[in-house]
Amino acid sequence: MSGLIILVIVAYLAMLFFVAYRIDASTRLRLRVANSPTIYALSLAVYCTAWTFFGSVGGASAYNIQFLTIYIGPIILMPFLWFVYRKFIRVSRAQGISSLSDFIANRYDKSIGLNRLVAVLLMLGIIPYIALQITGIDKAIETIVTNNGTEQNAWLRYVDTSLLVTLGLGYFIIIFTTKRFQEKEQNTGLVGAIALESIVKLIVFLFFGIYIVLYAGDKPELYADFDASKLKLNPNNDYGQWFGMIFLSALAFLFLPRQFEMGVVTAANERKVKRAIWMFPIYLLLINLFVIPIAIIGNNMFAGNKMNPDMYMLSIPIHLNNGWMALLVLLGGFSAASGMIIVSTHALSKMVSNAILMPSFINNRFVLNRFKDRNHRIPVFFRRLSIFTVLLLAYLYHKFVVADFTLISIGLVSFVAVAQFAPAILGGIFWKLGNKYGAIVGISLGFFVWLVFLIGPTILNVNLHGLFGTADSGGAIRPEGDLITTVLFWSLLLNTLGYILGSLLTKQTALEQNQATLYVDIMNYSTDVDSGVVWKGTAFFPDIKSLLSRFLGERRVTAELNHFAQKQGINLEDQDELDSRLIGYSEKMLSPIVGTSSAKILISSVVKEEKLSMEDVVNILEESQKIIAVNKELQQRTDELKRVSEALRLANARMKENDLMKDEFLYTVTHEMRTPLTSIKALSELLSDEEDAMPEDVKKEFLNTILKESNRMTRLISQVLDLENFESGKHQLIIDKVDISELIQHCLQSLDGVFKQNNIQVCIGIESELPDLEADYDRITQVVLNLLANAAKYCDKESGKVWIDISRSGSVLQVKIADNGPGVIPELREIIFEKFFQAKNQTMRKPKGSGLGLAISKKIIQLHEGKIDVDTNKPEGSVFTFSIPFTQNRD
Amino acid sequence: MTGKKILIVDDEPNIVLSLDYLVRRKGFVPLIARNGTEALSIANEHIPDLIILDIMMPDIDGYDVCQTIKANPLFGHTKIIFLSAKSRPEDISKGLKMGADKYVTKPFSTKQLMVEIMELM
Repeated sequence: MSGLIILVIVAYLAMLFFVAYRIDASTRLRLRVANSPTIYALSLAVYCTAWTFFGSVGGASAYNIQFLTIYIGPIILMPFLWFVYRKFIRVSRAQGISSLSDFIANRYDKSIGLNRLVAVLLMLGIIPYIALQITGIDKAIETIVTNNGTEQNAWLRYVDTSLLVTLGLGYFIIIFTTKRFQEKEQNTGLVGAIALESIVKLIVFLFFGIYIVLYAGDKPELYADFDASKLKLNPNNDYGQWFGMIFLSALAFLFLPRQFEMGVVTAANERKVKRAIWMFPIYLLLINLFVIPIAIIGNNMFAGNKMNPDMYMLSIPIHLNNGWMALLVLLGGFSAASGMIIVSTHALSKMVSNAILMPSFINNRFVLNRFKDRNHRIPVFFRRLSIFTVLLLAYLYHKFVVADFTLISIGLVSFVAVAQFAPAILGGIFWKLGNKYGAIVGISLGFFVWLVFLIGPTILNVNLHGLFGTADSGGAIRPEGDLITTVLFWSLLLNTLGYILGSLLTKQTALEQNQATLYVDIMNYSTDVDSGVVWKGTAFFPDIKSLLSRFLGERRVTAELNHFAQKQGINLEDQDELDSRLIGYSEKMLSPIVGTSSAKILISSVVKEEKLSMEDVVNILEESQKIIAVNKELQQRTDELKRVSEALRLANARMKENDLMKDEFLYTVTHEMRTPLTSIKALSELLSDEEDAMPEDVKKEFLNTILKESNRMTRLISQVLDLENFESGKHQLIIDKVDISELIQHCLQSLDGVFKQNNIQVCIGIESELPDLEADYDRITQVVLNLLANAAKYCDKESGKVWIDISRSGSVLQVKIADNGPGVIPELREIIFEKFFQAKNQTMRKPKGSGLGLAISKKIIQLHEGKIDVDTNKPEGSVFTFSIPFTQNRD
Repeated sequence: MTGKKILIVDDEPNIVLSLDYLVRRKGFVPLIARNGTEALSIANEHIPDLIILDIMMPDIDGYDVCQTIKANPLFGHTKIIFLSAKSRPEDISKGLKMGADKYVTKPFSTKQLMVEIMELM
């Protein structure tokens, strides 16, 4: 077994090497990994450490599910990430920031002192956390080796596996973070490896969870005593504590160096944040899915014999004699721990190297000049030295502190430590007045409280608890949750007060004002921030170039400066004095390698800087804002122009259509006139030519017809005028009280002759007690007459029937006029109300009539705010219905 | 001339009235149809020598009637005059394209129409 464990771990590490190496080696892969939002979201899951992997089950075994707050905090934070992370990422890209301490110091006067303070405090806060991960791996291996009694020769027990693991990881970190870091790439191989580790730990956890739940499925004794009501969401009945823990973990997610590294420094673009916002919470949900079932089953399986609940994940498969499963779980735990160790060490080592070692080196002219020819190797050397130091300290801490004192939750203590940067950082990106003194005072006060009230008791406290700060026996409740939130509250309170007071009581330097504006207003700058860096000073190109070459290598410097100059339209040959943009860019190039503070010192050494007055800063910023404003306005104008031209196009089309309709109407009117005219002309010609030969009765018939056709023309003309007047608004309704039944009677009387003559039966149904109608008497009469005349014309020739039905429907009068003729075919339903509806279909012709009656009726009903329609669903006969409101709106 | 049959197709009875008198006066035998369908069935029955054909009618329009007649060898000698209110040049050329022999627009002169008829007979 021992050999197997070593083999598996080595194989796993080899796989990480292979993946990271493959990614770094291929440009195509590197781009794909760097641009993938999914990989970005997965790399954020470096948040879940061995503490998550083993410790959650330990916490849940005591029916205490307060461990969930650690995940609820970041989940609640996620939507806000869009506002915070985008600023972080933009500022970092604009200023070449490579670590959390750089981010802070760069905002506050590029202060080396602050940079160092942050770096040292982070060492204090994070190294125990790294040590905890080493201990986690160590304990896990130990659990397997000692519990596996069958194996006699467990030689691994006598080997310091933790040292081997630490060395292996150290090698990995050195290879993948310092080998290529002078090139512009963002440790893409490392990001890929971390994303892979996130997948491994999640899949192993889910796999084991499913396995154990399936196993326990038919063994009720394994979950017999489960009592959901015993789950203590809030063990101390203290909501402040819950809120505190959620708040704390949200801050930790923002400011833990490993999160900052994955979420900000290596993020190539801010759009990736979008995917993390929904994907990362799902990851957290999944990795917590089986925590409670595993804890319950572990409790029942080991009822009676003492077993560390933090190691249930391993003791369960060992107990079930499933060695492979135990090995797999070990691998999952290892991936969780190693991911954290790798990224944290990488991030810390950058701070140690750039904030502590580098500035001392640069400030020491003697040493600087002594190593003049090997300057470019100095940053790499410092970085490797820092990695070694960080890991060594973590290992020693694990060996001599964690091993002797089983500590209260080291993870939470670290969380409180990093939370101390919240005021300085959040203030830094949202409050322009925050300054260096405020930041130093606030951070110092916060850490003082942290040291005295959290670290102090930790070292003195010999009262032992579980490895990850969970209770070691089922019933006990973590006392430290209370302590953590209390210390968090007081430290942050003092910290914030110190920050605000310190900032208000002291003055910002010009550089600080400049940086403050840049941090707070970064979203107002275009994404191309190269030109947004504010600088003023004089320098000479050869000086800058040789300085950069010392640290970056001549080839890269020449290439990048040329590229930048071309992009910004600067002629390098021409200038003795350097363009200030180029100076800014040089500092930005140098920053990731030596840190922002050191970069500033180096650049200052070759630039004769002029003090930037506040006026300069304002001018420069106003200019860039003006450009943005102009761009916005331009965009608005373009949009407006588009809208207007679209409206114009529509109006034009409508006008053309109107013209067309007018033409069509004219053509149809003249055409309709021609029909009676034709008869009149032909008949009168015949009459005059053949007066003598023509019999009297024929003469009479012809003359009568001429008269009828003349009347027809007159009617047509007056109807055309009528319609025209309605459409142009010349005809106004004369609204009066109308008794509708009287109106109908009147209409019937005037058509009495027609009905009698054609033997048409008329049936009338009028609802009783209809109120008076507000309408134009003559116009409504016109409509009713038209409909009745149509009905008389189209009803059955033999036994014609016409129905009139008048009823009330709510506030509306409904008039139905039907006949028993052939009816109206559905296709014509709409167009029979159009003037000369045959116009649409030139060769088809309405049977009789002027072709305007229904069009006029429709117009009149519309003017009364009513509707007219014909029912085409009837198999026989047509039913025309119009409805108008009893009362008219008068404006 | 006597005995020659002229089919009058128009849905306006008052136009038919004048045409009927005119044709009868010149000694032709008038046949009357008030729509396309009637026109085709009467034509099939009597094989007229000439058809005075309106275009806009409620069912089958004059163009279709003209095409159907001209496509039928039975009517090899039958002449067709369109008599229509559609007076735009494109209407006239369309009518002639359909195979009609003459195109007279409404309102028409009875003398002129008779000249056209005589030319074809």
